[in-house]
Amino acid sequence: MSVDEKTVRHIARLARIALAEEQVAPMAKELNNILGWVRQLEEVEIGGVPPMTSVVAQKLRLRDDVVTEGGQADALMANAPQAEEHFFVVPKVVE
Amino acid sequence: MALPSSPIDLTLAEARDALRTGEISSAEITAACVKAMAEARPLNAFITETPERAAEMAAASDRRIATGEARPLEGIPLAIKDLFCTKGVRTTAGSRMLENFVPPYESTVTRNLWDAGAVMLGKTNMDEFAMGSSNESSHFKPVANPWRARNSNQIVVPGGSSGGSAAAVAASLCPGATGTDTGGSIRQPAALSGIVGLKPSYGRCSRWGIVAFASSLDQAGPMTRTVRDAAILLKAMASVDPKDSTSVDVPVPDYEEGLESGVKGLRIGIPREYRLQGAPAEIDELWTKGAAWLGEQGARIVEVSLPHTKYALPVYYILAPAEASSNLARYDGVRYGHRAAQVRDVMELYEQSRAEGFGAEVRRRILVGAYVLSAGYYDAYYVRAQKVRTLIARDFERAFESCDVLLTPSTPGAAFALGAMTADPVAMYLNDVFTVTANLAGLPAITVPAGLSKEGLPLGLQIIGNAFDEKLVLRAGRAIEQAAAFGGKPFRWWTRA
Repeated sequence: MSVDEKTVRHIARLARIALAEEQVAPMAKELNNILGWVRQLEEVEIGGVPPMTSVVAQKLRLRDDVVTEGGQADALMANAPQAEEHFFVVPKVVE
Repeated sequence: MALPSSPIDLTLAEARDALRTGEISSAEITAACVKAMAEARPLNAFITETPERAAEMAAASDRRIATGEARPLEGIPLAIKDLFCTKGVRTTAGSRMLENFVPPYESTVTRNLWDAGAVMLGKTNMDEFAMGSSNESSHFKPVANPWRARNSNQIVVPGGSSGGSAAAVAASLCPGATGTDTGGSIRQPAALSGIVGLKPSYGRCSRWGIVAFASSLDQAGPMTRTVRDAAILLKAMASVDPKDSTSVDVPVPDYEEGLESGVKGLRIGIPREYRLQGAPAEIDELWTKGAAWLGEQGARIVEVSLPHTKYALPVYYILAPAEASSNLARYDGVRYGHRAAQVRDVMELYEQSRAEGFGAEVRRRILVGAYVLSAGYYDAYYVRAQKVRTLIARDFERAFESCDVLLTPSTPGAAFALGAMTADPVAMYLNDVFTVTANLAGLPAITVPAGLSKEGLPLGLQIIGNAFDEKLVLRAGRAIEQAAAFGGKPFRWWTRA
């Protein structure tokens, strides 16, 4: 299961990270280095072992479904790279 | 009490006591720390210094002390890792992505600290998004360890990812700092910089407002020069928080209480799998010495087994990148963070903003994470790693049936030269071999400076305890501290540059 250049381009697209063509081969090599090393987990006997999803055995707390800190549009927009009024601006999505 | 010659040499406990009795003011301590911070710029420990805010907070603290309204950390200057969102103060996570991000809110941990009266000195340097073990992945340049090898002018790394916090405390720029620890990011830099670092149990401190890396592993904790100071700082940081559903609702005890009770009668577990092939002999020797120290104080040393130890790092390097790839999906160049200029469409906006905003190590980990979560590989990598994580946690449960705490080395070696490990990511990852297990099992662990390497660089010993048994971890750490009588401080070469 080694990662080829096609796979690198595919996961870079999934992760929304642009990779220049000359970065693809080195990245494939780096990923194979890391994945080759983690593959030693294949030797562990995991039959009947449940996957751990939380280290703390506690029930998720619920709270009342009410607004706690609303009305903060100005604060929410304060770090927007490009905004108009209370809208985030992006390149045109629909023609 | 006889005060040291300079206020910057006060421990947090000494500063607290001297402030209470009026022997010194917060304005005096804070001014001394601000001066030391400015003189120490060659260390590059801070990304953002906040001297004006520090002066204001110190003045407010002095007024409270005068009117008898002092809170537990009243007037004590602290450095904050630049991963904690601080309202109105730029918070970068060591990344170009957040170079200009000014949070409109305060993290719960820092909120707790300011509510306890602490004074903010500034925001410390760190590996980008807390991904690294040397502070070299920071967009804001590496940090220099205040320590240097004997008869050497070569800069060594402070460890990471909380490298700036470690350097600031080791160089006595402040009595304490906050760190975060996902696989060793508090304990490894603390050990390499000759200070105390404590990673609490998962759920002890709220993660709200801390820039997320790997949410099932991240924990905030204190970095200080003494074990008592770590106890004081942890009490102020810890809380259950409605804004973090994984914070655990157990009372925060007084961690100083019982700190000096010693280890008589305690069972100290020595996990045999932590004896690494190829590790320097001095690491093993220090470990053996540590066990002897505790034995001499009346503890019983028992050998235990943690059979899945060798799989901990591979598990971590599947789960942490997987969680990171998901957490870091939020950086899209739209709502906050870096945005690429001159893009043709929204896909290019995402892809270019992220390619430009993230550094090499962060990009690499996001891609590893995206790969192990992708269709066809999810079960083979991600689910398998989650299962092995269960086995690692079970190893600890079994070990704690026959011992009260574990004693291990903190790191496989002392601080290394800048650039020495950057060529091979996997070699860098091995730095966390002794620390990462506590994150995977959610356990509290402390590193205490215990000696010097042949080259004269600090080495630490680690105590790992059962979940929410921080008090016992601190107590055993205090016993190591007392026996080691480390007391070492780096020569202040940076003031002579």
